[in-house]
Amino acid sequence: MASLLEMKEITKEFPGVKALDGVTFDLNAGEFHALVGENGAGKSTLMKVLSGVYPWGEYGGGIHIDGREMRFSSIREAEEAGVAIIFQEFSLVKELTVAQNISLGREPSRFGVIDNRAVQRQAGELLRELNLEIDPFIEVGDLGIGQQQLVEIAKALSKNAKILVLDEPTAALTETEVETLFEILRSLKEKGVGMIYISHKLDEVFEMADRITVLRDGKTVGTKAADEVTRDEVIALMVGREVGDIFPESHHEFGETVLKVNGLTAFDPDHPDKKMVDDVSFEVRKGEVLGIAGLMGAGRSELLSAIFGSWKGRVSGEVQVEGKTARIGSPADAIAEGIGFVTEDRKRFGLILEQTINDNSTLAGLKMISGKFITHRQKEINATTKAMGMLNVKARSPFTIAGTLSGGNQQKVVIGKWLLTEPAILFLDEPTRGIDVGAKQEIYAEINRLAAEGLAIVMVSSELPEVLGLSDRVMVLHEGRVGGVFDKRDATPEKVMAAATGSGN
Amino acid sequence: MSENAEKGLKLNTASLRAYTMLAALVVIWLFFHWQTSSVFLTPRNLSNLMLQTSVTGIIAVGMLLVIISGNIDLSVGSVLALAGGAAALILGSMGYGVAPAILAAIVVGVLIGCFQGFLTSYANIPAFIVTLGGLLAWRGAIKGISASETIPVSNPGFKALGQQYIDPRIGWALAVIAIIGILYAAFNARKNRAKYGIKETSMAAELASVVLPIVGVAAFMWVMNLYAGVPIPVLVFLGIAFLGYFITNHTTFGRYIYAIGGNSEAARLSGINNRRIVLMVFALLGAFTGLAAVIHTARVAAATPDAGTLLELDAIAACVIGGTSLMGGRGTVFGACLGALIMASLDNGMSLLNYADFTQQLIKGTILVAAVGLDMIGKK
Repeated sequence: MASLLEMKEITKEFPGVKALDGVTFDLNAGEFHALVGENGAGKSTLMKVLSGVYPWGEYGGGIHIDGREMRFSSIREAEEAGVAIIFQEFSLVKELTVAQNISLGREPSRFGVIDNRAVQRQAGELLRELNLEIDPFIEVGDLGIGQQQLVEIAKALSKNAKILVLDEPTAALTETEVETLFEILRSLKEKGVGMIYISHKLDEVFEMADRITVLRDGKTVGTKAADEVTRDEVIALMVGREVGDIFPESHHEFGETVLKVNGLTAFDPDHPDKKMVDDVSFEVRKGEVLGIAGLMGAGRSELLSAIFGSWKGRVSGEVQVEGKTARIGSPADAIAEGIGFVTEDRKRFGLILEQTINDNSTLAGLKMISGKFITHRQKEINATTKAMGMLNVKARSPFTIAGTLSGGNQQKVVIGKWLLTEPAILFLDEPTRGIDVGAKQEIYAEINRLAAEGLAIVMVSSELPEVLGLSDRVMVLHEGRVGGVFDKRDATPEKVMAAATGSGN
Repeated sequence: MSENAEKGLKLNTASLRAYTMLAALVVIWLFFHWQTSSVFLTPRNLSNLMLQTSVTGIIAVGMLLVIISGNIDLSVGSVLALAGGAAALILGSMGYGVAPAILAAIVVGVLIGCFQGFLTSYANIPAFIVTLGGLLAWRGAIKGISASETIPVSNPGFKALGQQYIDPRIGWALAVIAIIGILYAAFNARKNRAKYGIKETSMAAELASVVLPIVGVAAFMWVMNLYAGVPIPVLVFLGIAFLGYFITNHTTFGRYIYAIGGNSEAARLSGINNRRIVLMVFALLGAFTGLAAVIHTARVAAATPDAGTLLELDAIAACVIGGTSLMGGRGTVFGACLGALIMASLDNGMSLLNYADFTQQLIKGTILVAAVGLDMIGKK
């Protein structure tokens, strides 16, 4: 049988990481093919290759659609060949209306003048066809995350896609919205659209998929018909190793409570009535690792940033550091209280990519390391060298430009920056996202070592095995509220996921 | 793996850029010297050239800091006119002395800098808009205050600031101090490297980094003294350039400016008060502009309402020719000063050659774009 899509021996490298290593994947018309694997296994990268985000020439191997070899040089070419992708990060313009977004880039027009009525008519028809009760005139920024997701899907379908790629489409959806989505997907299947579905939620995968392909560390480890494989077999393929292998066994000694948060609420800066974090209370002791789990948009990063004084919206509630109320109005206040914050997305929030390791790693603690007004170069180099040695940063010298490092080494530089402020409390937000397994293991070991030295650690992670493997306690957030708190012994993936989706207790 | 290769490359680009610019300056100088039948490279003209560089140069150093922080200031020309007017009024109709006049000019610059910095960083109005407004408004203010008339300055002490030269013996004394400073810094760096066990750089590079500046200082002083000594405006410019160098390379404040321009979110999350730093940077440029206004007013012995017109563009061009990124985060004081010298050399040389005004503008515009274009090609 001729496949709709064949991807053969796809290889893609980033500096220091081989993200895809000879991956082979195929899809039939009218098939629902799930693509699963841990974060960093290469699923999203594979889909970016398919959709032209990485143009032909930047990857190895071949893509065939309906038996013809494709060499996409842009997303647009991939779209014209019938590939539509819905990314984890939305590609909607918040300031435009639903209708304008749906037709973005392909506006019906005559001599460059947009036919606005056609824009609205097309959007209206499409939304009706999909049974979506969304007003085409409303600005996308005014919709909830779930509805934005559905608009994103509608937009993809408006391009008459033959191949639809969905990357974690239900992460932010409510159950009703998930049902709506699945109905839409079933009807598309009948129309012969092939779908590639990336998800961590195996329930969904088994509910919908015809076949399941598992990726691990950039390689295909198996493609199975969904009715010939069990859930446990899929998990075994995904993990490929015992959880104990990668997470060091630890016996933390807990001291007194260092950080206590009471009734913390953080409001959306754009919608001052909307609570992103809603009445959250918790405490962390010396030497303890508190993991924070939850789905995308559950308010995890927002919680850390509200405590740290970097949240742009309004914040209410109380933060106590070592028993005393701390008034934290800015990151500088937080640093003075002994809090360090390894932020998510190192390229956006963590590093100055064009500057050296030295300039990056001394930035947060500069006045302490170097001098209050006048800097002392050698003291800085000394501190940087120490941090680089401690975290095993692989670089030629402290003057290597941060942007030229691999993801793992960049992440270590960010962690080093915060360790050089000598914190008593360390926040880590997605500390291992997008780095290779070796670097992950090193960072896990470092987190354990820091806890053993008496730091109080709060770690947000979307990788469930990571949260479960490292944390002494797990706090689960659901829609801004605490959905459950579990001790290491009681924290099972099922319980945590149930709490995260709000179906727990 | 690849990071090592790139690191070597990066280091090279920084010094390569400096050497390329020096080479470009030499080519320009030799060209004008040849074209002007050996008038350009005479002590008298070089002294004049340095004098012409000083006002733009002082402002370019301040502008550099603003641009590194990711901002821009289009209002400096108008601020210069207003601050110069303030100084002339203090001297003239109010009859105060030199010190109050200088102070007045600097205070005007700092207040305007603080105000515009506040609007930029605390009220979140883009710097381009704030200072474009300033470009118009402050020009309007000086025209209003002076009734569009020139305000003459007759105080000889004040005029000396723009027109006098320092005694060659004092000049040499300053040169000796500078050379001792260079040697001391090199010695200190060497000692620290040994103390902290950092690998030696190559002997040739180290020697070059000591010998070149010393030769430069000595040659500069010799040439200036061949004519009449170092002009006071040039001395002020060199002082500001040194201050700028010190701020960018040896202070936490300077490091924060680069950090904010490089990645403002990362800087903010590292505990830096971005807003305050940006406000301070604007205030500093204001202070430098006030000082430049004193020198300009003293040189022409009058405050004119259209003084400093288009000065902002010269200052920005000097920074950009000197390798400063308008996106922020990258640029050096050395580059900005060299850029200012290149711009002034073009002005000076083309005036000696009696090029028509329109030709001069065409050539300067072309060179500005070409310099940045070559820089972009070099980066690929």
